[in-house]
Amino acid sequence: MIGVGKTKQYANVLDRPISKGKQEVSLSAFAFLFSELVQYNQTQVDNIAELERRLEDAGYAVGARVLELLCHREKGNRRETRLLGILSFVHSTVWKVLFGKVADSLEKGTEHEDEYMISEKELLVNRFISVPKDMGTFNCGAFVAGIVRGVLDGAGFPAVVTAHFVPVDGQQRPRTTILIKFAEEVLVREARLG
Amino acid sequence: MAPPPRSGDAIFANVDRVNAELFTLTYGAIVRQLLTDLEEVDEVNKQLDQMGYNIGIRLIDEFLAKSNISTCVDFKETAEVIAKVGFKMFLGVTASVSNWDPEGTTCSIILEDNPLVDFVELPDTCQGLYYCNILSGVVRGALEMVSMKTEITWVRDMLRGDDAFELRLKLLKQVPEEYPYKDDE
Repeated sequence: MIGVGKTKQYANVLDRPISKGKQEVSLSAFAFLFSELVQYNQTQVDNIAELERRLEDAGYAVGARVLELLCHREKGNRRETRLLGILSFVHSTVWKVLFGKVADSLEKGTEHEDEYMISEKELLVNRFISVPKDMGTFNCGAFVAGIVRGVLDGAGFPAVVTAHFVPVDGQQRPRTTILIKFAEEVLVREARLG
Repeated sequence: MAPPPRSGDAIFANVDRVNAELFTLTYGAIVRQLLTDLEEVDEVNKQLDQMGYNIGIRLIDEFLAKSNISTCVDFKETAEVIAKVGFKMFLGVTASVSNWDPEGTTCSIILEDNPLVDFVELPDTCQGLYYCNILSGVVRGALEMVSMKTEITWVRDMLRGDDAFELRLKLLKQVPEEYPYKDDE
């Protein structure tokens, strides 16, 4: 946290010491804000796909900044260059900072070589959300998918990232799976690196 | 007997919390989206205020439920409660109240620490932007739900080079509470 007295000395945001990331706000403050983000974007679109794309765009902007911040603060200005490295960075480091916990699971897709999944039983952004029936498969997790895409893209791992509800046996609420499909060039490079 | 009012610190310690950076960056993403969509800075200010208002009218319920605060005797107490309990319980920061006018209807809420603005710098093209306008909307919306019509403006803004954030609160009128039922019904 930046001290009150100190703030005045620095004219430029970059001159200030970087925050340690320990500050918190109430979950409801975030939930209220997120709900406004969704509601505002609902007024800007005609269909669900468009709404998800806009939420993803908003998330992308967050992800790009999170990558920069965390590489600097948590990784001593280094960033992962290998596929598994960056995936575990997202699953562990990014998740821990943003959501206070490591993601529930990180798996490789069984059908396609280029697909990976990060799953979360109760994704923070979906915690207070119930999707009306007429909105079909809409998933607010698109915002988190955007964050993941922002981090990956910024690190040089372009991918298509989408959020899906997956029903779980014996559970009333479905879990959210973030599906990451890497661009071909990423796999080609990865194969070359051996 | 009603339970005693709780302090902002006590409530904040007991609620679920999230990393402020997620909150800050998400808010930044919202502001950026608005700037892209609406183009005019004035329109963005308006939309942020509207979003805040929408939040305020819902947030007041949670505030009253968790704080055990009953009716404030006057506007002075109201302002203190917003600064000490309201800001603390939602944003984890405390604000102070000062600059009262003699009538006790106008005052300033001063915020030195503001989680909305970490990492933020206003570019030259956005100089007219009230980046934190959502906050004034929240306070206005919340107060309206407890029968107080207010007008809220930014007097100082650290993003514009001031030494603190200062919200000027003016009580326009107190609407008497109307019950949806009559005693004899």
